[in-house]
Amino acid sequence: MAEVTQLIHQYLRHNKKFPLVFCPGCGHGIVLGSLVRGVHALGLSKDEVVVVAGIGCSGRIAAYVDFNTVHATHGRALTIATGIKMANPALTVIAVMGDGDAFSIGGNHLIHAARRNIGVTALVLNNFIYGMTGGQCSSTTPEGAYSHTSPMGQLEAAFDIVELTKAAGASGVARGTVFHVKALDGLITAALTQPGFNLVEALTPCFTQYGRGNGFKSAVDMFKWLKEKAVPRETYEKLEDKAGRIPIGVFVKRDAPGLETRYAAMRETLRAKKGGAA
Amino acid sequence: MSQIRKKRREAFLLGNEAVVEGALAAGCSFYAGYPITPSTEIMETMAKRLPQVVDGVFLQMEDEIASMGAVIGASLAGRKAMTATSGPGFSLMQEQIGYAAMTETPLVLVDVMRGGASTGLPTSPGQGDVQQARWGAHGDHPIIVLSASDVPECLEMTVVAFNFAEKYRTPVILLLDEITAHTREKIGLPEPGDFEIFSRLVPTMPPEWYKPYEETLRGVPPMPPVGTGYRFHVTGLSHDPLGFPTARPEEVRAMVERQFRKIDRFFHDIQLVEHVNTDDAEVLVIAYGCVARSARLAVRQAREAGVRAGLLILRTLYPFPRVHAEKLMRNCRLVVVPELNVGQISREVKRVNEGYTAVRTINRIDGQIITPSQILKEIA
Ligand SMILES: Cc1ncc(C[n+]2csc(CCOP(=O)(O)OP(=O)(O)O)c2C)c(N)n1
Ligand code: SF4
Repeated sequence: MAEVTQLIHQYLRHNKKFPLVFCPGCGHGIVLGSLVRGVHALGLSKDEVVVVAGIGCSGRIAAYVDFNTVHATHGRALTIATGIKMANPALTVIAVMGDGDAFSIGGNHLIHAARRNIGVTALVLNNFIYGMTGGQCSSTTPEGAYSHTSPMGQLEAAFDIVELTKAAGASGVARGTVFHVKALDGLITAALTQPGFNLVEALTPCFTQYGRGNGFKSAVDMFKWLKEKAVPRETYEKLEDKAGRIPIGVFVKRDAPGLETRYAAMRETLRAKKGGAA
Repeated sequence: MSQIRKKRREAFLLGNEAVVEGALAAGCSFYAGYPITPSTEIMETMAKRLPQVVDGVFLQMEDEIASMGAVIGASLAGRKAMTATSGPGFSLMQEQIGYAAMTETPLVLVDVMRGGASTGLPTSPGQGDVQQARWGAHGDHPIIVLSASDVPECLEMTVVAFNFAEKYRTPVILLLDEITAHTREKIGLPEPGDFEIFSRLVPTMPPEWYKPYEETLRGVPPMPPVGTGYRFHVTGLSHDPLGFPTARPEEVRAMVERQFRKIDRFFHDIQLVEHVNTDDAEVLVIAYGCVARSARLAVRQAREAGVRAGLLILRTLYPFPRVHAEKLMRNCRLVVVPELNVGQISREVKRVNEGYTAVRTINRIDGQIITPSQILKEIA
């Protein structure tokens, strides 16, 4: 344990930023840990890594980590990440977003980032709710679930983040949970290594705004729920009764170059042609 | 300025195309945008030109919000970056303009105004975005807004826009109108060395000493590209000199005051105008954009008719060039402000004038131009 803590501490900003704003039992801090371990595992220097976060509790992660960090406007993290990556493809660019951030207000940017296959890793912290604004429903709130803006139960269907991102054309798509931390670490490391647009959905409990209103007794109860309901993709496919179960693991793994690479190649071709003509 | 009016390789360009020449001369290597009339030729020309520039990047984004985001990201990574749009797209960009102002991220945004509101008159001129350029992004923030009235000026003012953005670490808006953007004129293309080109100050101190939002003598702290060892936090939240969120009243006030001061202090550098026969003017016309061209002829005709008329062409709209306007107005009996809106710059004129001189406005909102004779009628 001490070793793990020590490792994370190397990557945190101690001078100004602590304690964390997250509620006790919030899963966001665990994703922060996974992110740091992913970067560490790859041996990247702090200067090579840019974290662009959106607005929401999840977005606050950016302030704590000692990388180049940008806390964008709500929903727009991927747009800024795209600009940074295209301007300097040598950087490892990670966009950290909430479910509302990435798929409600930022949904258009997300599908387009996936379609363009820009070399950015998107980390979506899905807690099924708007945490920061006090518990309104998001586009991933399950049908029937309660929130301050679905007090009679959500009537609208929830997005399946994995399916949507897959259809939009991402290079890599994966889902993990903050209960299955080791696996989550692996998913993030893999996403950071693979070229093109990679998305990792991390299921993370928000007892304060979601759990309390939806029959969970405590944050621990929500972790237990994740442990029970989330199953490896391969197991899930063989299940007879899939109701209420959530597949986790890698869903797409495609070896396709990122937009920044294809762009550089296009520029090279142009230059070669010009040189040839002269 | 103005060397490019003479000599050099010549071309027959649209105002929009001249913007691209200006941007490239200023060192722009990144464009992200979304097409909209009457700004589209800027984007299409960039699409052809930028891939030929070393490390040049052109992106067609999914919308104007994304375009602004990409430009902000590229600027943070050290590029001179720009986007262009028109009315409806400009509205979508406002939140990100505020973000760029708050984070002090240099960038250039060209808004080619068309008739409005809403989708309005896509191919007709208007000047209805002036106040939106100044105040469209919510909250108190300083901004620089420029304008141009002919094709050579489109080129020059784009260079100026990049220079101001870099010098003052701020977004700069260049407001054109449909006529200026779509007029084709002969223009001398710039050669290297024609313009003085500024690039942002980068820090030279050890990274652990660097404070991205520190008060400095000029009020403009240096800005390193991300990835060069100076790791700092960029946020649209009110922040302290290190860039971390703060709600402490004294820190919040100090930051906003510095942001305004860095523009206020350089008023004389920023406020660009052209004087036409203003020395002895008893009637002063104040105009910008395509209207300034009509005004130029009207003032000449008024002179021929024996009226001592003068013209002040605004190239900077904000901060409003009061150092020029105020003095002239005090010596006149009448100020005439023609514009293609219900009175967006005349408000500024009246504010600066403080009731001292009579101000007459000419306003047109039907997508038609203001003619020289219309202005002449009000002068004489
Ligand atoms: C343009 C805009 N609209 C609305 C908001 C208010 N807002 C802040 S955070 C948030 C939702 C956050 O939810 P999510 O992205 O799921 O992140 P979480 O807080 O749950 O981690 C909203 C609606 C905003 N900041 N900007
Ligand atoms: S409101 Fe929810 S998401 Fe936000 S910090 Fe608290 S538990 Fe975490």
